[in-house]
Amino acid sequence: MIPYLLRRTAILIGSLVLAAVALFVLLRLLPGDPANALLPVGATAEQIEAARQALGTDTPLPTQFLTWLADVATLDLGQSLISTLPVGPEIAARLPVTVPLTLAAFVLAVLVAVPVGVFAAARADRWYGPVINAVAQFGIAVPAFWVGLLLITTFALRLQVLPAGGFPPDGWASPDLAIEALILPVVTVALVMSASLIRYVRAATLDVLDADYLRTARALGESPVEAFRRHGLRNASVPVIAVLAMELATTFLGAVVVESVFALPGLGGMLTKGISQHDYPVIQGVMLVSTATVLLVGFAGDVVQRLVDPRLRQRAAS
Amino acid sequence: MQRRTLIRALAAVTALGTLAACGDSSDSAASTSGADAIIQIGSLYEPQNLDNTAGGGQGVTEALNGNVYEGLFTLTDSGKVEPLLAKENTVSADGLTYTFTLQPNVKFHSGKALTSADVKASIEAVTAENSKSARKSSLPEIKEIATPDDATVVVTLGARSISFVYNLSYIWIVNSAATDRTTAADGTGPYKLGEWKRGSTLTLTRSDSYWGTAAKNAGVVFHYFTDATALNNALLTNAVDVVTSEQSPDALAQFTGNAAYTVNNGQSTTKLLLAYNDKVEPFNNVKVRQALSQAIDDEKLRTSIWGEYGTAIGSMVPPSDPWYEDLTAVNAYNVDAAKALLTEAGFPNGFAFTLDTPNYDPHPTAATFIKTELAKIGVTVTINTITSDEWYTKVYKERNFQATLQEHVNDRDVVWYGNPDFYWGYSNTQVTQLIEAAEQATTTDEQTALLKQANKIIAAEAASDWLYLYPQIVVASSKLQGYPVNGLNAQFFAYGITKS
Repeated sequence: MIPYLLRRTAILIGSLVLAAVALFVLLRLLPGDPANALLPVGATAEQIEAARQALGTDTPLPTQFLTWLADVATLDLGQSLISTLPVGPEIAARLPVTVPLTLAAFVLAVLVAVPVGVFAAARADRWYGPVINAVAQFGIAVPAFWVGLLLITTFALRLQVLPAGGFPPDGWASPDLAIEALILPVVTVALVMSASLIRYVRAATLDVLDADYLRTARALGESPVEAFRRHGLRNASVPVIAVLAMELATTFLGAVVVESVFALPGLGGMLTKGISQHDYPVIQGVMLVSTATVLLVGFAGDVVQRLVDPRLRQRAAS
Repeated sequence: MQRRTLIRALAAVTALGTLAACGDSSDSAASTSGADAIIQIGSLYEPQNLDNTAGGGQGVTEALNGNVYEGLFTLTDSGKVEPLLAKENTVSADGLTYTFTLQPNVKFHSGKALTSADVKASIEAVTAENSKSARKSSLPEIKEIATPDDATVVVTLGARSISFVYNLSYIWIVNSAATDRTTAADGTGPYKLGEWKRGSTLTLTRSDSYWGTAAKNAGVVFHYFTDATALNNALLTNAVDVVTSEQSPDALAQFTGNAAYTVNNGQSTTKLLLAYNDKVEPFNNVKVRQALSQAIDDEKLRTSIWGEYGTAIGSMVPPSDPWYEDLTAVNAYNVDAAKALLTEAGFPNGFAFTLDTPNYDPHPTAATFIKTELAKIGVTVTINTITSDEWYTKVYKERNFQATLQEHVNDRDVVWYGNPDFYWGYSNTQVTQLIEAAEQATTTDEQTALLKQANKIIAAEAASDWLYLYPQIVVASSKLQGYPVNGLNAQFFAYGITKS
């Protein structure tokens, strides 16, 4: 297990560096100069040139990249070109919205998807098995912002039991308001996420239900439920864990749309604004943090898979 | 067994949801009224930072201008320039020396008293080399700023400038000892800065030591949105009391028929322009420009985008500028006359050109409309969609364009037609002289008369096609009074707002 962890960590770090390079290069391929976005109509050519020098966008790209990489290595994500404020603290200030939103939605989605998916597989021969499957299929096709708007219309505008959006100015210092503000966004993300999860769980369960070892267990006198609990669940969970890790990562990235619909001051809003303003340090900072999160979650998923499935461990050791 | 656990878990989740849903959210807008009320303001324009000389953007003007920071003069919501921190103002006979006497007993929020040194430092911050102020280029050459005593500022100009006092209304007087202007603010206004939660809210609280009439409410909270629907939903659920500026007429129906809301159709200074590159073929030909301007039905475009809102304009000057004149009859919509003009200009079969179109609303819609209209006189338009950033590089800096669409937000910006080096390249010595003479005028009447003349010429020569003037739509709860409805230059004075 330890050699595996070391190897996996090396891969993790390698991927991060590659991602950083790709991020930097792709951003610089965009046309335009952020200095333009800074200045109002009426700005003189001298003002624009002065801004370019102040921003460092007039230096060669390799120089810009190395400067940035050196800063990142010391955990300094630089300053926003537009606001001139440091990026790191601002990302940190937005995590208390994005992280709880992602995690709560993830937990809720798993709580819904695992039982429903297993149930749909176990009852595939009854009429409601395929119906659950069909509803889930529909859920995958529905965009998150639409679900969000629907929930807002129902619970905020009509029933007026929950806020339509926003986050309390003092944040988690008023926990009741903060939780209230997150309920609809969490449900939105969880609904969309669980739709695809249900199908994965169902497929994985169907696979193991047909497995020989379950038939053997039942032949040895175990009830179907008992047999599935003792032998099926663990086997079915291996592919699902990989999917869960991916889903968690996707949710973190996909919070952009939901945060905008619900006017939440999270990372998503910061990223879209950064993109519209060509604010390289902001885009790079947010993307780097997101990429690192995705890679870390993938890492954790791989490790958990190995803990759950002894076969994977043995294969790695041999 | 398995099934029962599942059902129990489901029940627990449902119960949690219901419990949370019972929390009452309808009181998120403070329910107090009168002088203790906190006004919740919804806006799409969050400041980039809090410094208007360092690229703070229109959001910083909206939140802080007149509320936290004050100038020597102020531009009122109706477009008048009135003294604010300057108690008295005398101008020498040659118009070059301005002597300002400051209001007595003015203190910054930090407690420091306002002195002439602060005024000097604040003006110098705008004219500084690294200044990103939009007003830098409008200011006349300042030769010297003297501070003979704490209450007197004497500014000597290099040339006469009748707009100097008007331009001073954009310059915030800042505590010269303040070190951080980007996330903190130390002004003299009726509110002091509370907390700025980036991406979310900015809070202003009433200053108890304000030198003038205290704010009529205890404070305001600006709530920032990126999504217009989310902003309107906030108003519908009373999370905000007022929306500073609606950017689309689509959502207004839910407010216009509802007595709980007031929809205000104010005047903006934002003009949508079809700007020709007047230096290049065929737009260097006056007749071509006139033909195009006459071939486009501006009113049809305005109503298709804004419905009953917005205003027709015949030139760059909006009704809130002192030198406004209704020139909509000049080069008015007339397809037959347009065809004749085009033939006279030597293009009986029309021509083709590329229209550089910013990729955000309403430009793409307007571009398609113009393309259809001009097809009627045989002119073929190729729409080239670009980002705002490309616009600055390609059009504004490099002048590499034939025609473009752009919104121009400032008031009193007709003077750009006097600058032959501006991006649209309009060059008419008579107009340049009139605009220069207007700036040298000794009275505002003289200035107004000269600018009216210049304005008539650019309208007649169709220097650009001024498609329409945007409306400024403020939607507020009907419980609210005293809010500004015109929002000239994006300012939003909050101190007069009361809530019943």
